[in-house]
Amino acid sequence: MLDISQIPSSITAHQPGYIDRDNEVIVGLQTDAPLKRAIMPNGGFRMVASALKAYGYPVDPVVAEIFTRYRKTHNEAVFDAYTPDVRRCRSSHILTGLPDAYGRGRIIGDYRRVALYGVSRLVEQKRREKSALDDEMSTDEIIRDREELSEQIRALGELKEMAARYGFDISGPARTAREAVQWLYFGYLGAVKEQNGAAMSLGRTSTFLDIYFERDLTAGVLTEEQAQEIVDDFIIKLRIVRFLRTPEYDELFAGDPTWVTESIGGLGDDGRPLVTKTSFRYLQTLYNLGPAPEPNLTVWYSPRLPDAFKRFSAKVAIDTSSLQFESDEIMRRSWGDDGAIACCVSPMLVGKQMQFFGARANLAKCLLYAINGGRDEISGDQVGPAFGGVEGDYLSFDDVIAKFDKMMDWLAGVYVNAMNIIHYMHDKYAYERLEMALHDYAPLRTMAFGIAGLSVVADSLSAIKHARVRVTREATGLVIGYETQGEFPQFGNHDNRVDHLAAWVVTTFMSKLRKYPTYRGALHTQSVLTITSNVVYGKNTGDTPDGRKRGEPFAPGANPMHGRDQHGLHAAAASVAKIPYRDAADGISLTATMVPQGLGRTEHDRIQNLAGMLDAFFGVTGYHMNVNVLNRETLLDAMDHPEKYPHLTIRVSGYAVNFVRLSREQQLDVINRTFYGSS
Amino acid sequence: MSANDHPQKVSLAAKSPFELRVGLGSHMPEADVRAAIASGDVGFVHSFTSGSTVDGPGVRLVAWLSGCQFRCLYCHNPDTWTMTNGIPVPISRAVDQLRKYQHGLKIMRGGLTISGGEPLMQHKFALKLFAAARGMGVHTALDTNGSLGDRLTDADLETVSLVLLDIKSWNEERHRRLTGADIGPVLAFARRLAARKRPVWLRYVLVPGLTDHADDVERLAAFAGSLGNVERVDVLPFHQMGKHKWQQLGMQYELGDLEPPPHEVVERVCSQFRAAGLSA
Repeated sequence: MLDISQIPSSITAHQPGYIDRDNEVIVGLQTDAPLKRAIMPNGGFRMVASALKAYGYPVDPVVAEIFTRYRKTHNEAVFDAYTPDVRRCRSSHILTGLPDAYGRGRIIGDYRRVALYGVSRLVEQKRREKSALDDEMSTDEIIRDREELSEQIRALGELKEMAARYGFDISGPARTAREAVQWLYFGYLGAVKEQNGAAMSLGRTSTFLDIYFERDLTAGVLTEEQAQEIVDDFIIKLRIVRFLRTPEYDELFAGDPTWVTESIGGLGDDGRPLVTKTSFRYLQTLYNLGPAPEPNLTVWYSPRLPDAFKRFSAKVAIDTSSLQFESDEIMRRSWGDDGAIACCVSPMLVGKQMQFFGARANLAKCLLYAINGGRDEISGDQVGPAFGGVEGDYLSFDDVIAKFDKMMDWLAGVYVNAMNIIHYMHDKYAYERLEMALHDYAPLRTMAFGIAGLSVVADSLSAIKHARVRVTREATGLVIGYETQGEFPQFGNHDNRVDHLAAWVVTTFMSKLRKYPTYRGALHTQSVLTITSNVVYGKNTGDTPDGRKRGEPFAPGANPMHGRDQHGLHAAAASVAKIPYRDAADGISLTATMVPQGLGRTEHDRIQNLAGMLDAFFGVTGYHMNVNVLNRETLLDAMDHPEKYPHLTIRVSGYAVNFVRLSREQQLDVINRTFYGSS
Repeated sequence: MSANDHPQKVSLAAKSPFELRVGLGSHMPEADVRAAIASGDVGFVHSFTSGSTVDGPGVRLVAWLSGCQFRCLYCHNPDTWTMTNGIPVPISRAVDQLRKYQHGLKIMRGGLTISGGEPLMQHKFALKLFAAARGMGVHTALDTNGSLGDRLTDADLETVSLVLLDIKSWNEERHRRLTGADIGPVLAFARRLAARKRPVWLRYVLVPGLTDHADDVERLAAFAGSLGNVERVDVLPFHQMGKHKWQQLGMQYELGDLEPPPHEVVERVCSQFRAAGLSA
């Protein structure tokens, strides 16, 4: 039974809450009690009502009246503007997970600014930004900017009030390490009191906070134990961030994710490592408090990182499976040296860049639509345009490619349309005023599209090209099955004959997306990431020419399909590293699951070998690697005896989850996924 | 060259290294097989894998050649015994594969390991591949049972950065029962490597009832310790992961009911090697 507050949440809606008031070093909860969830109806009241119903709460009639009669929500507004095409694509699951009924998230406020400047100066700055618009003609854009800036200023005022209720005056800058952490956390807390975005990431805070810690340590007013305690307490607060979501949402994303992603490490533009003692302190929490999925600790990896940090993060990854690694080299060169990851793999410069999150398109289904002339392979409905499907019994590569190209063009158009509508309405009805108050004026906006099923598509195209694929049709001529004769190269084996097909798919779909204009002139980007939704995508997709059967899961993210990568991790990672980042600038996710023995015979070997693998992967063009070091036997045992493994954390395509909270299907998917070094 | 007659039919990417491979090279006429072995222009390869961390130092590329003259009771890849079970791979193609990995292998402080089967059954092919690896600056390791060591000249030995020498048992009789072959040539090769100061990692498969006798281990440890060139000993606990292959091949598997050695026994054997001054 979840504890739920039906006061619509805002920065100041709830009275202060504590876990253990006298012993807390860092304070602040989303509501007045730990783990009590708040409703946030601005995103969509239907979602709130169905979540309340699912957890056995009657809906407060006053709240229901307000949000159904007087106050329009993001969700309603989006559906007012959706086109029939978008609705069809949603229902047939060729476009899924769109943030049209929940908060879009993936916006990172620069929470460091609260500690560094204090709120009063931030308000002054926002006032200056607003008055700079006074002489501008009142166009749509300028009116919107003025209104948003006013909302931002209001939110900062409420933040100050919220902190005051906890007994802190945050109008001025933080003076000590403890204050700096507290101020910064208040900023983040204000954001998660008001927004239940799909990912509410923290940014890149450890190196910034280290300046305060180091000063206090040098001045002798703080000990190392106290410093670690402050960090531990802060991390505890991040671990208990909770949102009220529907069981369906939790099924898609496996458990109850919040994606409090924190970026650690990396280098500055001047080549100096951004690793500090506080970077180590953050990682150390996984030992002090035990492994956990949140916060989503993300190491920005570069072969040029200091050896001691490389080895420590490799050790933590091996011991806890709670880390992910992303390429500092690629992100720094592409965007700059003060970036952070939102959610799983999405890079952005903190306080200077935000994204319009866009879930993903199912490209495997798009390929099937190409073969079937726009008809859905499961329902038989005409969802896409009736371009004319393939004729005859055997698939011809040139024919399928030409049809696939056209179908991707259509899908990209519908997708951009849907995204423009969603983000227009989100800005209007569920604007992230506090998070945006912690951004510069007019930040760079990206529109982050995504694709699922990449390895299924690459292998299918490879089968059509290199083997013979015969189709089976049902009575109406709909192709529902494939019979493949002969061998064909498969993605994940460092074989250019198919790896280049995968790269082609990514580049082609990206070029289609770029043809359509975006809301607020956002920069088009794309990710190859599924988190755990690869299972649900597979469930909703029919047989594919690569031999995958209807309903079988896709591989997560950019991973090769289960068991098809037959030459080990080095080969699989090399294939994934060929996906061009310039056409997948929102991230490319690889999940590697290894058994401890597969990393070497001794702990020393394992640490050195994992660090070596990371050096090699990120030294070339690798972008992201989740590292799970687990025994298959451990996982099988955990399926049958979840009570023995309450803390068993594993990484799934950009995110860590508690294994025992996954659905049985997702558990099986993880177990069937390639284990390296298990034979 | 008949290997080129079937380039599409037998792709290297076709099968998992953990699957059974039978007769993939049996279409080759006997004369061509002999010519291939003699020249080393074509090798019979069971499979290869990248990312290995247990076949020598660092993270390695491992090629398993087919063909072995030993008949180890615990062998977990009995399909590698027959050379023509492997895929005929022209040396140029093997070198091309290696080239794709060379950069990463160097960064990961790994290299190329040639294992088997018994790689010295195809020593010409192995040497050609090693020469190519050295040309790329890639570390080389030979994983061998040692009994065909005579096939390598002293000059050949210099091209191998490290020998992973598998000594199956110290006891002559048990060695014969375990492998079907004599231990003499193995120990001769070990002594020769020591005399030439070539680095060796000793590998010892620990099989309950067959190789866990304290006396045997004691003497082997003393011998290995006296050589002066054994940098490390890997004690490999017996496992049942090869059982299905024996069954699939319709072969009599004597060890079907054997359990892996208990942790204490593995520890005891390691400590025996350590007591002889070795790293285990």
